[in-house]
Amino acid sequence: MCLGVPGQVVELVDAAAGMAWVEISGVRRCVSLACLLSDGCSVESLLGQWVLVHVGFAMSLVDADEAERTLGLIRELERLAEDDDAIRG
Amino acid sequence: MPDITAERIELVHGEGGARSRELIERMLVAAFDNPELNRLEDQARIELAGLMSQGDRLAFTTDSYVVEPVEFPGGNIGTLAVNGTLNDLAVGGARPRFLSCGLILEEGLELALLQRVINSMAEAARDAGVAIVTGDTKVVPRGKADQLFINTSGIGVIPTNVDLSAAHCQPGDVILINGFMGDHGAAILQARGELALEANVYTDCQSLHTLVSAMLAVCPDIHAMRDATRGGVATVLSEFAQASSVGICLQESELPVRPQVRGMCEILGLEPLYLANEGKLVAVVPRQSASRVLEAMQRHPAGQHAAIIGQVTAELPGKVQLANAFGSSRLLEPLAGEQLPRIC
Amino acid sequence: MRFVDEFRDPALASTVLERIRQLVESPALRNRETIRVMEVCGGHTHTIFRYGLDQLLPDRLELIHGPGCPVCVLPREYIDTAITIARKPDVILASFGDLLRVPGTHMSLQQARAEGADIRTLYSPLDALQLARQYPDKIVVFLAIGFETTMPATALTLLQAEAEQLHNFRMLTRHISIIPTLKSLLDDPTLAVDGFIGPGHVSMVIGTHPYHFIAEHYRKPLVVSGFEPLDILQSLLMVLAQLATDRARIENQYARVVHNAGNRQAQVAIGSVFESCSRSTWRGLGAITQSGVVLKPRFAEFDAERAFGCEASGEGVDDSVEGSCCGEVLKGKLQPQDCPLFAVQCTPANPVGALMVSSEGACAACYQYRKGAH
Repeated sequence: MCLGVPGQVVELVDAAAGMAWVEISGVRRCVSLACLLSDGCSVESLLGQWVLVHVGFAMSLVDADEAERTLGLIRELERLAEDDDAIRG
Repeated sequence: MPDITAERIELVHGEGGARSRELIERMLVAAFDNPELNRLEDQARIELAGLMSQGDRLAFTTDSYVVEPVEFPGGNIGTLAVNGTLNDLAVGGARPRFLSCGLILEEGLELALLQRVINSMAEAARDAGVAIVTGDTKVVPRGKADQLFINTSGIGVIPTNVDLSAAHCQPGDVILINGFMGDHGAAILQARGELALEANVYTDCQSLHTLVSAMLAVCPDIHAMRDATRGGVATVLSEFAQASSVGICLQESELPVRPQVRGMCEILGLEPLYLANEGKLVAVVPRQSASRVLEAMQRHPAGQHAAIIGQVTAELPGKVQLANAFGSSRLLEPLAGEQLPRIC
Repeated sequence: MRFVDEFRDPALASTVLERIRQLVESPALRNRETIRVMEVCGGHTHTIFRYGLDQLLPDRLELIHGPGCPVCVLPREYIDTAITIARKPDVILASFGDLLRVPGTHMSLQQARAEGADIRTLYSPLDALQLARQYPDKIVVFLAIGFETTMPATALTLLQAEAEQLHNFRMLTRHISIIPTLKSLLDDPTLAVDGFIGPGHVSMVIGTHPYHFIAEHYRKPLVVSGFEPLDILQSLLMVLAQLATDRARIENQYARVVHNAGNRQAQVAIGSVFESCSRSTWRGLGAITQSGVVLKPRFAEFDAERAFGCEASGEGVDDSVEGSCCGEVLKGKLQPQDCPLFAVQCTPANPVGALMVSSEGACAACYQYRKGAH
């Protein structure tokens, strides 16, 4: 129930219907942006954004800062492990 | 373009009369054009002496082609029908010489489509230096065939001392592939259109016998070789593991896959190792010759992206393992049925 | 691939694995004979097996595979009904590939297709809508299944069908809700699980707030996780860290995609189209209160069950095949290889239950990926 892939919104197909081309590693699929549209978020504003696609619908923006933060927490573990090694000599 | 007035195949084209002859002469013979075929006898006649000067065994294979859709990015059923059968000869070390071509045409098939397929077959045969010397044409009523089916049989000659077999793999042997996996399977999926994906993915359909010759020239003692068609690389390796009673271990990080094919697989939940190929061979080579064979492959147009993907072991005989960069591994079972796109 | 490859970094995975080992050996956890963590979602089960993550974990840490596989829990009669509908004249049945090989009472959809039914594999319900536009003389029926991840897609597609007045479009729906399913699992007194790896894409829709009862009432930690190997390992680490400090909280490891409030537009769409149905029966899980949803009366014309007169009786049906242990495996009480039919009568080529068909079913994953299991 879970196969979702991050892709980039590259071209509008039908702005009124909220449909756009999303590109995933060189493959394009026409995707509905309906779950992301609101007064504060237009179809045009989504061009270039990264989204999580599931069965032809963009279900969420992919937040690059959060992604970096998540990886950063793991890199921090690495750094702590190196510090431990250094302390133990 | 032959001057045939009908636009579509009719039942009368298969009945053996004037319309049949017209179709055969003006379309097939004109395109395939070689002295033996042009004689239009009931059989092709081939000088034995000529064959025997090239080796000591005749290689003989047959395959039928029913692919849907009939035309797909980079090729069509005709390209497959020639190269697929040539490759079955090539992976036995044979130099392919002659092909037959049996057509089963659906009533209503557009002649323009048939012409494109025939032209592709002629071009593929010419490029490979083989002749289509005999054939047969039948027409079945609408609905009894999916546009057209093709059978090609091929003969070739195996040079003395060449002895490739799935049963010859030994622990320590190295496994090579001549390029990117899964292009053909991905191209077909895309061409079927149901999944509404767009990508620049083309079939890898090509003949492999000159690549095989180049490989055998630097290492006459290659142990095994197969082309990885239906079921993909994983299925061929499974066949090797079982026939030779050895284990095979692949390194996931070494598998060559194009980004677009990877993208399609990630979206659809498919594995490139199980996607069909039409221009890829997997070779099992003695360890000491592996780098020489790899270099010879990379110098050849059909092997530019050749890579070492794994090795043969004594562990887990009959099984294929995929080792990943995390330090764990999993078994690759032969395909139970066609890979289906999934959402879960 | 961006946002994917970074989360498959083997060097970072080593770091997390080492930290997991240290925690499991730490004074706080060293005395536990086994630490049992359940990944609820089938997609997580798939990742675990595909990357062999369970092979890399300390022996005392056991991963239990949960029931979050919507294909695995579909009642057999759903497949039977789908086949009945597919056989009717002028019907095109459109389905996700996952359903094609699931065994019904007599056969699968794939076998029905071999017998002549027009059954097509699609990636999106939007493609089924396109089929309906393309073939106005046919009735196009879409098989709409899944947890909350896929409900918005079904709902939005139906809203579009209604807007376009596409009268030849139907859906056979059997969606399942995660929270009642989790609650049913937690209420089972034989459940022996210390913490949970929570569904990632379901949470993308519903948010993380609905899980709070698990921490507050059942006192178990749950970490919402992404689907890449690093995500699962990091989530495991977070669960262990809570267990080591005797905490029970809901945490969100998948913050790059999951917001605590979920996706409002998706929730609104679901609310417009579906209503809860009081009691639904699922293969292997039995009857779970409020776990199913049905189409609201406004969408009755799109309901395939009504249109073809195939309405389910609603009574629980004993779906199990003699000797099979699908239910116990689904609820994490048994590992796949403990079922007597595993790899003997029940294989991917001849599946007895859906767990051997679905790529995220624990049995299929175990069969395909397990080293030396057979």
